[in-house]
Amino acid sequence: MSETETTPTIQLPDPAELIVSNSPHIRDNHNIKKIMFTVVLSLLPACLAGIWFFGFAALKVLLLTTVSCVVLEEGWNKLAKKPSTWKDGSAMVTGILLGMNLNAGVPWWVCVLGAVLAIILAKQLFGGLGYNPFNPALVARVGLLIGLPEIMTTWNVPTAGKMMADVTTAATPLGEGVKNGVFSLGDLFAGNVGGCIGETSVVALLVGGALLLYFKLIKWQIPVAYIGSVFAITGVAYLIHPETMHSPVYHVLSGGLLLGAFFMATDMVTSPMTHKGMLIFGLGCGVMTSAIRLWGAYPEGVSFSILFMNALTPLIDRSTISKPFGYVTPGKGGAE
Amino acid sequence: MSNQTRKFKGGVHPNDSKALSKDKPIQDAPLLESYKVIMHQNIGAPPELVVKKGDVVKKGDLLAKAGGFVSVPLHAPTSGTIKMIDKCPGPTGMSVPSIEITADGEDEWGAPFVPMSDWKNTEPKMLKQRVWDAGIVGMGGAGFPAHVKLSPPEGKTIDTLILNGAECEPYLTADHRLMLEQAEDVALGAAIIARILGLETAVIGVENNKPDAIQALEKVAGKYGVTVQGLPVNYPQGAEKQLIYAITGREVPIGKLPMDVHCVVQNVASAVAIADAVVKGRPSIERITTITGKSVVNPGNWRLRLGTPVEKALEFVGGVNEQPAKLLLGGPMMGIAQSSLGVTVMKNTSGILLISRDEVSQYSSDPCIRCGRCVEVCPMSILPATISQAVENKRFDWAEELNVMACIECGSCSYVCPSRRPLNQHFKRAKIEIQAELRKKK
Repeated sequence: MSETETTPTIQLPDPAELIVSNSPHIRDNHNIKKIMFTVVLSLLPACLAGIWFFGFAALKVLLLTTVSCVVLEEGWNKLAKKPSTWKDGSAMVTGILLGMNLNAGVPWWVCVLGAVLAIILAKQLFGGLGYNPFNPALVARVGLLIGLPEIMTTWNVPTAGKMMADVTTAATPLGEGVKNGVFSLGDLFAGNVGGCIGETSVVALLVGGALLLYFKLIKWQIPVAYIGSVFAITGVAYLIHPETMHSPVYHVLSGGLLLGAFFMATDMVTSPMTHKGMLIFGLGCGVMTSAIRLWGAYPEGVSFSILFMNALTPLIDRSTISKPFGYVTPGKGGAE
Repeated sequence: MSNQTRKFKGGVHPNDSKALSKDKPIQDAPLLESYKVIMHQNIGAPPELVVKKGDVVKKGDLLAKAGGFVSVPLHAPTSGTIKMIDKCPGPTGMSVPSIEITADGEDEWGAPFVPMSDWKNTEPKMLKQRVWDAGIVGMGGAGFPAHVKLSPPEGKTIDTLILNGAECEPYLTADHRLMLEQAEDVALGAAIIARILGLETAVIGVENNKPDAIQALEKVAGKYGVTVQGLPVNYPQGAEKQLIYAITGREVPIGKLPMDVHCVVQNVASAVAIADAVVKGRPSIERITTITGKSVVNPGNWRLRLGTPVEKALEFVGGVNEQPAKLLLGGPMMGIAQSSLGVTVMKNTSGILLISRDEVSQYSSDPCIRCGRCVEVCPMSILPATISQAVENKRFDWAEELNVMACIECGSCSYVCPSRRPLNQHFKRAKIEIQAELRKKK
């Protein structure tokens, strides 16, 4: 007591209010919300391109899937008496990705059904964010594709800039054989071709991918290994049968490859964490995608490939553990 | 000795916040009325008490003698009377034995050691004995007895002596000021340690964010046959294994010691303590501590006696402007949070740091989203995310398989985790569990 009286002007911390916890005591300012909203930002160019080419119909699908996913996420949390998670942005990302994976002409209930598959079946039943082994948006796309093949393989004709244009349906770049006319690379680059809302515009996807790389949300390994292996394999096929095969450049620029390689295969939760693992993952996706495109019953194989490699992720992670700093091979012993 | 500096893999770049105190010259703390010296200040065996209540001691007199080889003696920080041998709050939150001395105000030296001003011709064995007698430990934080590091067992050869002046922890500037103001003592200490080890030279490693300290050291280095090496600014550059790698390119094998790669590392403050012990005959009874934080009225670097209560240390700097969130001994990355102002300064108290409320968010952790940021920054190249999940599932065997024992607890993984998972805490727990299991087997 006497001590405090001698120094009355000095304020000292109140020990009762000191927090005691483990080190480190400072953290950088990253959090899940920031990551998810940066992903949303990176998805925007491709979404805007989709809306430009497919009109308000595309906007309607994107809004429906996004709102459905967020509502379902929160509804599930309420029912399961779990803490609210919709604000972390992950359901929003899933919703946008789901919308980007649908044709602009799908009926409203397909959007809602897709959201149920993505959020409830693929995500929450496995334990929610971080615990889902498969990419939720892709589970929904593949589920819908298998269950509703008619609806899921009808594609709107792009009507660049005409937001309310009458909808006609058309073929996709990969759906058509080489003989029935090939889309120009310029149209592919801009996105002026039939397909899902978010997968057609190469330039917008590249901008988004560059944003993801810039913000360090993805590493180069998966996109490069994925796109590189598709280019190499379809390139070899093209060299052997140039008359019946699309060129490797055409393969890379069409279908869902770029959307898949930059935004779906790189999903943090469902892809490997080690650099070596990422290369293997991307390579596996590329081999599968090429095989389906060249020899499979479906014209496109990006979704199936990524889901298949998702299943292998734990195995890949386990077999690509890097050697720790100062690792000594057992039996060799010493430091010499 | 190559002058090429290697960058270790991983690491983080927190805001260093050193500007608060880096330009504040070291001040001598005024003499207090009493000191509570914590008995056990070193890693290893506790020392054995040699005084009793009521004894009159002079400054530098022995309070406790080494309790084994891996143990160091403890000396009186000032002259006075032993008031009580009691318990006081320790840095880990538990009460620990301490010796309370009521100062007589004279601050009069007893008869500690004979100065060895002719250390260049003194037998290395005698010098090493002096280091032990003076009670010197690793003052960078670990508190490992210095003489043990200087005693490589039969068959282990040492070819490199490294002085650790990296001071990579944010906020701390005690070593910075010491190197700047007492560059000659640092170099002298290095030369003495080199002689003990039978070496001709030593390297002082300093992070490049202290150019003035590097300059000051370079001015005197030649005279003592030591070299100064600037190091990239990357936390944890001052971790022993990362420092050795940066300077020599050698990797200390997991579970082994620097001497296994022919290196000895000593903190720069320990080197100065060694120089004082040898040349001036003074035991280790004080240290330089950075007292800082955004809420501290007048942050600075202070020469504090062992046993100075944190409460008093905070009065030296004018107290606080506002209630801080945390009181730490050490830096923000590896320091220990305190619940009492009664804890006292020890030989390894490099900082007394008050963390403000806006710097700590009381967070709950979210599930791991496998973003891999922890894997990127881990300086030991282990998989923090996976190990943390193993620990959550009480699979300590799996954690061990994933090399959790290699973890140096630098906290870089927790620092970057967007889900704010308690990764570092998980690893500390895993290590304790694994060691307990090992003991059971024995």
